[in-house]
Amino acid sequence: MERLTTFAPRAPGRWQIGTVSAIRRETPRVKTFRIELPMWMPHLPGQHYDVRLTALDGYTAQRSYSVASSPLDEGGVELTIDRLDEGEVSTYFHDVVVEGDQVEVRGPFASYFVWRGESPALLVGGGSGVVPLMAMLRHKRRTTPGSTMRLVYSVRTVEDVIYADELDGDALLTYTREAPDGWTGHTGRIDADLVATTGISSGTAFVCGSNAFVEAATELLVDVGFDAGAIRTERFGPTG
Amino acid sequence: MATFFSRGFGGRRRVAEEYADRLPPGQYVETGFPVLTAGVTPRIGDDDDWALTVDGMVAEPRSWTAGQFRALPFEAIHTDLHCVTKWSKFDTTFRGVSLDVLLDEVEPLGAFAMAHSHGGYTTNLPVEDLVDGRAWIVTEFEGEPLPRAHGGPVRLLVPHLYLWKSAKWVAGLRIMDHDEPGFWEANGYHNRGDPWREERYWND
Repeated sequence: MERLTTFAPRAPGRWQIGTVSAIRRETPRVKTFRIELPMWMPHLPGQHYDVRLTALDGYTAQRSYSVASSPLDEGGVELTIDRLDEGEVSTYFHDVVVEGDQVEVRGPFASYFVWRGESPALLVGGGSGVVPLMAMLRHKRRTTPGSTMRLVYSVRTVEDVIYADELDGDALLTYTREAPDGWTGHTGRIDADLVATTGISSGTAFVCGSNAFVEAATELLVDVGFDAGAIRTERFGPTG
Repeated sequence: MATFFSRGFGGRRRVAEEYADRLPPGQYVETGFPVLTAGVTPRIGDDDDWALTVDGMVAEPRSWTAGQFRALPFEAIHTDLHCVTKWSKFDTTFRGVSLDVLLDEVEPLGAFAMAHSHGGYTTNLPVEDLVDGRAWIVTEFEGEPLPRAHGGPVRLLVPHLYLWKSAKWVAGLRIMDHDEPGFWEANGYHNRGDPWREERYWND
């Protein structure tokens, strides 16, 4: 077991130039970028970094991305980025960035949707909502493997599974559109049976995904007995 | 100014000229209306089962039931919205009651306010950001009752600051003689949140 990180709530980072040291394809539309940072500081699992792109004429675009790596991975952060066809930052990362490129980032930011060692903790993710949850799961595995944390992860098809080779006994998958051949696990939307399978019926819950996913999942968690005040959410995606 | 340029980034998405001076730095134009809420969407009950309280350091604390609130002078608010998560939404229309009306009735004696919501959310604002026709309590969006996901039945609207200051499901305002951070302000976000100054995080 590795030592717990000491986290001092320092003032958030200034803009800095990081170097992309590794790019990993997770799914056909999702890649993970490891960015080495000259002014790295430990984050809390669940925090995000901002990324800023600057064109030659001065035009800039910024977006926020959750950190996927554990703060024990010192010296850099891993950002897992979903390629949005209409996006101008995610498409840049997917279509342009290669290992060795420099990118401008700052962070870590926001200290609410973060895991501070709560146990039991239930993580509920939909699609790329799994990213900040993976930082929590990775950190938990390395620091307090005996504590209780389970991930429930909803994906459409096997092609959409991010971090597939890391989803072990503490992660439960459900396929909402098409399960792979021979799949004997859960299919369809996350329901009370699937949550019951985790063995966690109270404690802290972290829910991340599209707004519709988060609304449905949080209603379910309240219905099965979670205290509404103990459910933290992070939502993305536009809606009406 | 930035001296770093992103290799191969041409800035594909430009803002139409007519909007260029309405988009704060670091923002992009969003045509949908994203929902960002830190916890569970609270149930406040029926549309008319709420009240709004302004208390604390005031000459006369007041509470308005939904019915009493609806008797106050409503006005239409045409405004742009700016969220710290980088999106801006142009040309929205709300209906609500100006904070000038409400604060006139209570006479604030302190210079700071803490908005508090059903569900426990808080956000702090200087009183001077709530007056002079720049802040409202709203109940309608685009001619319809404010959707629950966007804070319905009643939310604060302070469009000249980032949207986290516009507390959803607002239950009241407490006037105080001192400032203290609210929910996001204690969790790493800027104490005031002016989009034009990019006051996003603690040391911005």
